[in-house]
Amino acid sequence: MRIALGLGISFAILLGAASTVSAQTISRPAIPPKVTSFSSDGPFGHYDRGSLQRGFQVYKEVCSACHSLNRVAFHNLDEDGGPGFTEPQAKAIAASYKIPAPPNDKGDTLDANGNRLTQAGTLADHFPPPFANDNAARASNNGALPPDMSILVKARAGGAAYIYSICSGFHQPVPAGFKVLANKYYNPYFEGRNISMPPPITDNQVTYSDGTKATVDQECHDIATFLSWTAEPKMEERKHLGFEVMAFMLLLTGMLFLTYRKIWHDAH
Amino acid sequence: MSGQSTYVPKTSFGRWFDSRLPLMRFAHDTMLTFPTPRNLNFWYAFGAVLTVMLGIQIVTGIVLAMHYIPSGDGAFDSVENIMRDVNYGWLLRYMHSNGASMFFVAVYVHMFRGLYYGSYKAPREVLWILGVLIYLLMMATAFLGYTLPWGQMSFWGATVITNFFTAFDQIHKGLGTGIASWLWGGFGVSDATLNRFYSLHYLLPFIIAGVVGLHVWALHVPGNNNPLGIDVKGPQDTLPFHPYYTMKDAFYVALFLILYVGLVFYAPNLLGNPDNYIPANPIVTPTDIVPEWYLLPFYAMLRSIPQKLVGVIVLFGAILILAFIPWLDTSKVRSCRFRPMMKVFFWLFVVDCLVLGYCGAQSVDAAWNLGGISIGLVWVARIGTLYYFGFFFPLMPLLGLIETPKPLPASIATAVLAPAE
Repeated sequence: MRIALGLGISFAILLGAASTVSAQTISRPAIPPKVTSFSSDGPFGHYDRGSLQRGFQVYKEVCSACHSLNRVAFHNLDEDGGPGFTEPQAKAIAASYKIPAPPNDKGDTLDANGNRLTQAGTLADHFPPPFANDNAARASNNGALPPDMSILVKARAGGAAYIYSICSGFHQPVPAGFKVLANKYYNPYFEGRNISMPPPITDNQVTYSDGTKATVDQECHDIATFLSWTAEPKMEERKHLGFEVMAFMLLLTGMLFLTYRKIWHDAH
Repeated sequence: MSGQSTYVPKTSFGRWFDSRLPLMRFAHDTMLTFPTPRNLNFWYAFGAVLTVMLGIQIVTGIVLAMHYIPSGDGAFDSVENIMRDVNYGWLLRYMHSNGASMFFVAVYVHMFRGLYYGSYKAPREVLWILGVLIYLLMMATAFLGYTLPWGQMSFWGATVITNFFTAFDQIHKGLGTGIASWLWGGFGVSDATLNRFYSLHYLLPFIIAGVVGLHVWALHVPGNNNPLGIDVKGPQDTLPFHPYYTMKDAFYVALFLILYVGLVFYAPNLLGNPDNYIPANPIVTPTDIVPEWYLLPFYAMLRSIPQKLVGVIVLFGAILILAFIPWLDTSKVRSCRFRPMMKVFFWLFVVDCLVLGYCGAQSVDAAWNLGGISIGLVWVARIGTLYYFGFFFPLMPLLGLIETPKPLPASIATAVLAPAE
């Protein structure tokens, strides 16, 4: 009891201290991500299939112009816990992409005009990147490198809420005295607040086939959901198995407790 | 305390084997009939917890090694491949990475328990020192393992920690740089470094297992200490290890595993750093390089000292000083239950370690703003470091001399069984 009290007091001191800390490294630190909720939150959370499919549409029609998705394969699209496309749908999506082809019979990888030979994608292929390499990507983006989006949600503090906030966090009043640099845009959720990415999304930028109204907020929420899945494609399997393991462990622990009490009953 | 062996082979093969290799006799005497103080509480279950965690780390690690590629080009991709395409690869990796954290949770409880009940005092000095050695090996193993995913924090963490050794250039010109280059296998953290770190990360757990064997051996000579810190006086003070402590430990291990399972399945990245999901990039340094949580108190000490060589000496000293406490503690009484002054300073020490850990997690120039007065966390860490060492010296030898301990009970049996009668 006294131990618990001691620990409690020390944690209280730590928490009190935490709330008064100010980091002074950057004069304009990012503000915390917007508070929002996702269907994948919580121990029983699962991805909203509709949101995943809409998010995929936003990626395909908007983000993929600059951002690669190198770690995701087309066969992932029809796997359990994913956007729920059928296999024929996933095949059709794959076939709509041009994948760099292996050398042809003459040993060439370029056609007569010097363009890269391509072939239609299959389920085994991964999403092709928009640029041939990082240098080409920088050359097209004022020197900035658009990051690969596959595990971006896990690679940023704040996760999906951070992606959602960056995406929908443009067009805000610039504080007096703050300088927006050349070829940069003001986004208070970004570290340093000068971001190289222009505002990526406008209202009705995509037309959702399920009739959902494509507001900036909706589109950004959908892309954040989609990128949560690309970052953690086994989340539903993990939480499902977690429930079973937890149930087993609770039962086992309960029985071990009763056994322990029974055995010790006569010892004291 | 090991006493006479009570093992009686039940079969003729058992008798034949026992007279040639008394393996079953050894197991019987150490794991079944071993006389154990009857008053061991919850805090004594963490030895069993640690054994289980070491087993889990070795098993998951061996399977992960079947899919991992130790090269600058392949490491990050192979880890993502494990997460996405290897059957239950995500489970193995999350069990392994969170297993390391839970391993340290358990070792810290185990160490603080030893400190509180005076388990390091005679005749258990060798037992304690072997424990410090295991802790040191664990930190090395964890650091090496954290390098393997080859993310940004892997790369830069390895760079920062291996650069500690360059501080020795101040002792002899070229000595530190020489050691660092020797560790790296080049002029910086590179493919060669990753390869040797992988090799050592696979080796060290088996050395840990060996030292754990010695640790348990050294435990079985004097027997367990106990919350009262008094010696076992006779059979009335003990219970056979099985079934009493096998079942008690099993229950607490299961309880601990529930926490572990919760972390693995519901918050697998809670204790990780998001930067480590960015592939290692030698030309981009992360804003804040933060080690894993279990190294943070030492990191805070290092950063609080402006002189690099002194900082590195303090860092290593903070761990090495643990090996000397059997002789720093001058008290005749083991357990803090009977040491009113030591008890207070012990809990202050626990809080001190938590505060140091907290300081280590913040950026270097962070500060507390208390009613308009700004206190740099570096100063909090300095005071914390001072208390950390001050606790061991001069407080520990001093308290033993000036403190008046409470009267000790006559025996474990009278203390434990009396209230019930």
